Amino acid sequence: MGFEVLFKGKNLIRLLGGVGVAMKISAVSVLISIVLGIVIGMIMTLKNPVIRAVTRVYLEIVRIMPQMVLLFIVFFGVTKLTGLNLSAEAASIIVFSFWGTAEMADLVRSSMISIPVIQYESSAALGLTKLQTYLYVIIPQIIRRLLPLSINLITRMIKTTSLIMMIGIVEVLKVGQQIIEANRKSSPHAAFGVFAVIFLLYFLVCWPISKLAGYLEKKWEN
Amino acid sequence: MNTEVLRSYLPLFTEAFLLTVKIGWIGIALSFLIGFVCAFIRYFRIPVLTGIVKGYVELFRNTPLLIQLFFIYYGLPAVGIRVSAEVCGAVGLGLLGGSYMTESIRSGLEAVPYIQTESALSLGMTKTALFVHVILPQALSISVPALVANLIFLLKETSVFSAISLMDLMFTAKDLIGLYYNTTESLVLLVLFYILMLLPVSIAGSLIEKKARFKMFGD
Repeated sequence: MGFEVLFKGKNLIRLLGGVGVAMKISAVSVLISIVLGIVIGMIMTLKNPVIRAVTRVYLEIVRIMPQMVLLFIVFFGVTKLTGLNLSAEAASIIVFSFWGTAEMADLVRSSMISIPVIQYESSAALGLTKLQTYLYVIIPQIIRRLLPLSINLITRMIKTTSLIMMIGIVEVLKVGQQIIEANRKSSPHAAFGVFAVIFLLYFLVCWPISKLAGYLEKKWEN
Repeated sequence: MNTEVLRSYLPLFTEAFLLTVKIGWIGIALSFLIGFVCAFIRYFRIPVLTGIVKGYVELFRNTPLLIQLFFIYYGLPAVGIRVSAEVCGAVGLGLLGGSYMTESIRSGLEAVPYIQTESALSLGMTKTALFVHVILPQALSISVPALVANLIFLLKETSVFSAISLMDLMFTAKDLIGLYYNTTESLVLLVLFYILMLLPVSIAGSLIEKKARFKMFGD
């Protein structure tokens, strides 16, 4: 079936190293997206019409442009227009952060506006200060709505990172192809085994994270 | 930017656009079909099949389309299952979309309050009438926003097809950039065609969302 190829030499270690490359890029993009997304999401709740228009356009661009197209624009277009030699890693972190920030900001915005006014009013009626209202009443509720959704966003970002091979980064798929090519003669069925294992590796990374999101969502219902 | 180049590229991009749209919509139709069948299996708790559906949904929701396509297109021929790139693209998109659609439709079905079932049965409706006339319309109305989101997500995912050498928009753009270095023109056409593909769906989607939202009892 072609699984034996993985136990030859350092093949399995190399494959796992490829997963590491993809995970590193996802981790950096996720961190940037969460920090920027919280800030921009808070800005989006302001009622200023200019801010509303700008963020609306930003969200709409991210909503309809495939991440792959954004990747091409940044990787090929920016180099062509500015002469700047952007590495593939930098281009992918820029694109995934640009996309992830928009998604995260939208989640932050919708969980912030979903807190009913009565919560603020009741807190004021109980004599809580503004700081106490946010600290003990509003923010805990926002976090309960936000956390499962943002954990789901993390798995989506990890899955999207698989696209980086298309701009030439040597990650798990590329390593897999190299292993298949190198062993074409000795094990002609390697393609099945290697791609099945990569399939499983992505599943093993994403599945526990989705399960966690589902668990938190259930636990914090209402 | 060179308009001459733009004009000469236009037929190539139009052809690629039509191919992308065709395979994309076949895949999406397939994903709706899979989604409905699997959601019904889970809703009616059909033994054995429910377990299979659960496993399928978890597996395909937690892996990227690119990996799924690689597995189908390059992995399966090694054990004797060979399909063309077009079929692989449509089937891959259908399987990925099917897992998302299943979840959206199922959560719609489960969100219909139990009192609806009880009331319909006490009115003397048959089980079939109950499902077709009471549960399903309400469930669909609940799942419309999720289905529209899935639709846009799947259309965007068509950009991955180039990885299995389908001559889609991405492939054409990459090819032309590699051949003639007219990067700007290729990227402009690429963006324009994706806007053409997705903006109408995005606008129509928000209209349908408004229209399909009928109020629940007590709203």
